[in-house]
Amino acid sequence: MLLWIDEIRGIVGDANLKTSAAHLTSYSYDAAAGFQSLPNAVVSPASTEEIQKIMLVCQKYLVPIVPRGSGTNLAAGTVPTSGGIVLLFNRMNQIIDFDEANLCIEVQPGVITLDLCNYVEARGLFYPPDPSSMKISTIGGNVSENSGGLRGLKYGVTKDYVMGLKAVLPNGDIIKTGGKLAKDVAGYDLTSLLVGSEGTLGVITEITLKLIPLPQTQKTGIAYFHSLEAAASTVSEIIAAKIIPATLEFMDRGTMDAVELFMNLGLPADAEAMLLIEQDGAVETVSSDVAKMIEIAENNGATSTAIANSTEEANRLKAGRRSALSALARKRPTTILEDATVPRSEIAEMVREIQRIAERHQVEIYTFGHAGDGNLHPTCLTDIRDEEEMQRVDAAFAEIFEAAIALGGTITGEHGIGEMKSPYLEWKIGPEGISLMKAIKQAIDPNNICNPGKLFAKSTKPRVVLQYG
Amino acid sequence: MASPLAERMQESFQEHVQEDLLMDCMRCGFCLPACPTYIMTGQDETHSPRGRIALMKAVRDGVVKWDGSVEEAFDVCLGCRACEPACPAGVQYGTLIEETRHAIQEAKPISLKEKVIRKVTFDGLFADQKLMTGTVKLIALYQATGIQKVARKIGFMDLFSTQLKEMEAVLPKVALKKPKRETKPLSTKVAFFTGCLMETMFQQTNQRTIELLNMLDVEVEIPPGQQCCGALHGHSGEVPKAKRNAEKNIRTFDHDDYDFIVQNAGGCGAFLSEYGKLLGTEDAARFSRKIIDISSLLVKLGMLEKLPHTNNVSSAIVTYQDSCHLRNVNGVWREPRALLQAAPGYQYQEMPNAAGCCGSAGIYNILQPEMSAKILKEKMKGVIEVAPMKVVTSNPGCLLQMKVGIEKEGLSHQMEAVHIVDFIYESMINYKKGV
Repeated sequence: MLLWIDEIRGIVGDANLKTSAAHLTSYSYDAAAGFQSLPNAVVSPASTEEIQKIMLVCQKYLVPIVPRGSGTNLAAGTVPTSGGIVLLFNRMNQIIDFDEANLCIEVQPGVITLDLCNYVEARGLFYPPDPSSMKISTIGGNVSENSGGLRGLKYGVTKDYVMGLKAVLPNGDIIKTGGKLAKDVAGYDLTSLLVGSEGTLGVITEITLKLIPLPQTQKTGIAYFHSLEAAASTVSEIIAAKIIPATLEFMDRGTMDAVELFMNLGLPADAEAMLLIEQDGAVETVSSDVAKMIEIAENNGATSTAIANSTEEANRLKAGRRSALSALARKRPTTILEDATVPRSEIAEMVREIQRIAERHQVEIYTFGHAGDGNLHPTCLTDIRDEEEMQRVDAAFAEIFEAAIALGGTITGEHGIGEMKSPYLEWKIGPEGISLMKAIKQAIDPNNICNPGKLFAKSTKPRVVLQYG
Repeated sequence: MASPLAERMQESFQEHVQEDLLMDCMRCGFCLPACPTYIMTGQDETHSPRGRIALMKAVRDGVVKWDGSVEEAFDVCLGCRACEPACPAGVQYGTLIEETRHAIQEAKPISLKEKVIRKVTFDGLFADQKLMTGTVKLIALYQATGIQKVARKIGFMDLFSTQLKEMEAVLPKVALKKPKRETKPLSTKVAFFTGCLMETMFQQTNQRTIELLNMLDVEVEIPPGQQCCGALHGHSGEVPKAKRNAEKNIRTFDHDDYDFIVQNAGGCGAFLSEYGKLLGTEDAARFSRKIIDISSLLVKLGMLEKLPHTNNVSSAIVTYQDSCHLRNVNGVWREPRALLQAAPGYQYQEMPNAAGCCGSAGIYNILQPEMSAKILKEKMKGVIEVAPMKVVTSNPGCLLQMKVGIEKEGLSHQMEAVHIVDFIYESMINYKKGV
């Protein structure tokens, strides 16, 4: 047995270090298709101090350390592609301090997102970021990936709620950044540096999150359309009308079919697209905003519209939307989801572009996503065993990234780069951006033990030239 | 180099576990919060549906070599199938775990002792209802003669696992003689699949099932020659034997004039409703389409209106423990609750996590006593929170398990676990009399 494994076992205890064949296999993947690699050990520490000791052992023996929440990552960010240890937070899942006076909460990384939301909502406060996997995703994972969700356009994403962090750096130092402070400009914003760093700069061990008052009420509406364009122009007009809804979600025909098979929501079979609209806030504002948005949908040719009669109905509609990606998986053996994001004014153009690219490469792509904030999820249904088809899929996604960037967008809005999208990072940030990011990584983790192989690719994909028209 | 066992296992997985079904899982993790063993192990992915599917695929592809840890991951699965309704991708986990157990059963060398037990259980007891009845007669004799008391005193049961001992303590009194049952000729015709456990240990419940249906003007027939549904075989990797039983049952029930085939055991019902999938024949599919559980049938035939009304507001609480397979496979959970809400003399209250497995899971409580006890302990917390007078179930395994739970918590003086048929029957009878 490897020497370092014994040292780590000494830190966490026998029961909290697993090396069985079954364990190594079940921590060899996440939710990203096509990536699998066995770690050498799976470790469940109980405290920041234990993580510090583990880090020092990993540093001594140059062992990769891959922090992992519930493994719902969509860009292979939590796959131990260089081996080493998978670091779990199942024993670090406590709420440390709920501070009503300062409107914040301190938690350990292993707290499940939905549990946190329920906890604060029961106390009249609100934590808005709601990634679709919130039922099982952890706060630590959300912070490391800077996750978004359905409420992004009105409330922002995870980074907008992280006030402070405690983290173990690759050299074993424990740092505390930020705090329970509404204002804090003491030096570089290290909190922001760590949020979304995908485990490449150290291990986050405590998180202070900002809370806001729980909106008084919420109302959910739906609108169905005969064309994608009609749905997209509705989105643009809603924004132009200076309404910022809490949620403005889009699903195309194929996505609706898949969701309907799973949820039996009664989605009409003849609609080409639908929008799920929600507003929250004071009763009067909510009513008038939802009425106005429904009116805009109807003026744009919505074939039918409805308002949810009950919270239960609204929740079912939202659950349907949250299940979209996995529901689509029922159609083909392999599901590859992307995360291209454009300025919200370009949504209609981006949707059209995705359709053109899919046709050109003869691949099956369905699109859903957060229309209100320009964050689309073109999802390709394919079969990883078919090499020829996979090449076409790769080519199509490369063009989708290129198209998003050309429209002033990005290659990922909320899923992160991980290993899957690392060959495309340079397309978005340029060689200068890559070199600055590498300099930061080098300064903090010179031996590259923290989640190696993520963010930075061995080689960048050659850029494709888009044939418009 | 791979051991011969590992090689055999990989081949067996390739033969029995369908790759296409494995590929349906896109590993989103939405199943994780629904899985009792994932939760009870402190979120151990190895004991989650996603983890097990990854392991099935890894064994099949030769990515992992077969060893005890892999086998344990499959053994710890309850087979409750709570992951299926949670799965947006529609992964057929129930089929996958059965195929896996079949693959293991085919490739694994078994000890002589296990061979004998399997032979007696699967080819003897649960293949032939006459034999089963004989066995239960022994139990009855054992209870009637007072040997039970003696055995308990001298600790005869110490020879068995604690779980079995606890089970023994709550065994229902078995009547020595089968009562003769009258069925009235009426308009709706229903065939009754009586189930081996229900027909032996819970005979009175079966009798009452018929009487309740008679009250709704239904003619009930019990086709002779019916066999164990085969669920126990299927869940234990004995697929050919499950198919054998299925074929016999399909022949036995093959009459066009049955409107429904009713059963009152959630586990059997789910398996019967999947004969079509198991055998892939039109006969089997037709059989499966006719399968209905007693709660759904009672609701369909108007029992909700027929239940006596009372204006007295009662403080006695009744709660419901779902049968995993009735809920997760057949999607039936509203009907039993509707019946309990309509029943006079009680107030229905949902207990926390009523949909979660109680840890009975067929013979799981005997094979995995530790995990089963852990799950039951957690389950009882929910029961205690609601403090009901009656805990109602829809399956004999759950019923026994809930009885064990109540006994273990020392609550038998204040609450009782009952089958939904008995609960509804007693409501009909007692309130007719004006009790």
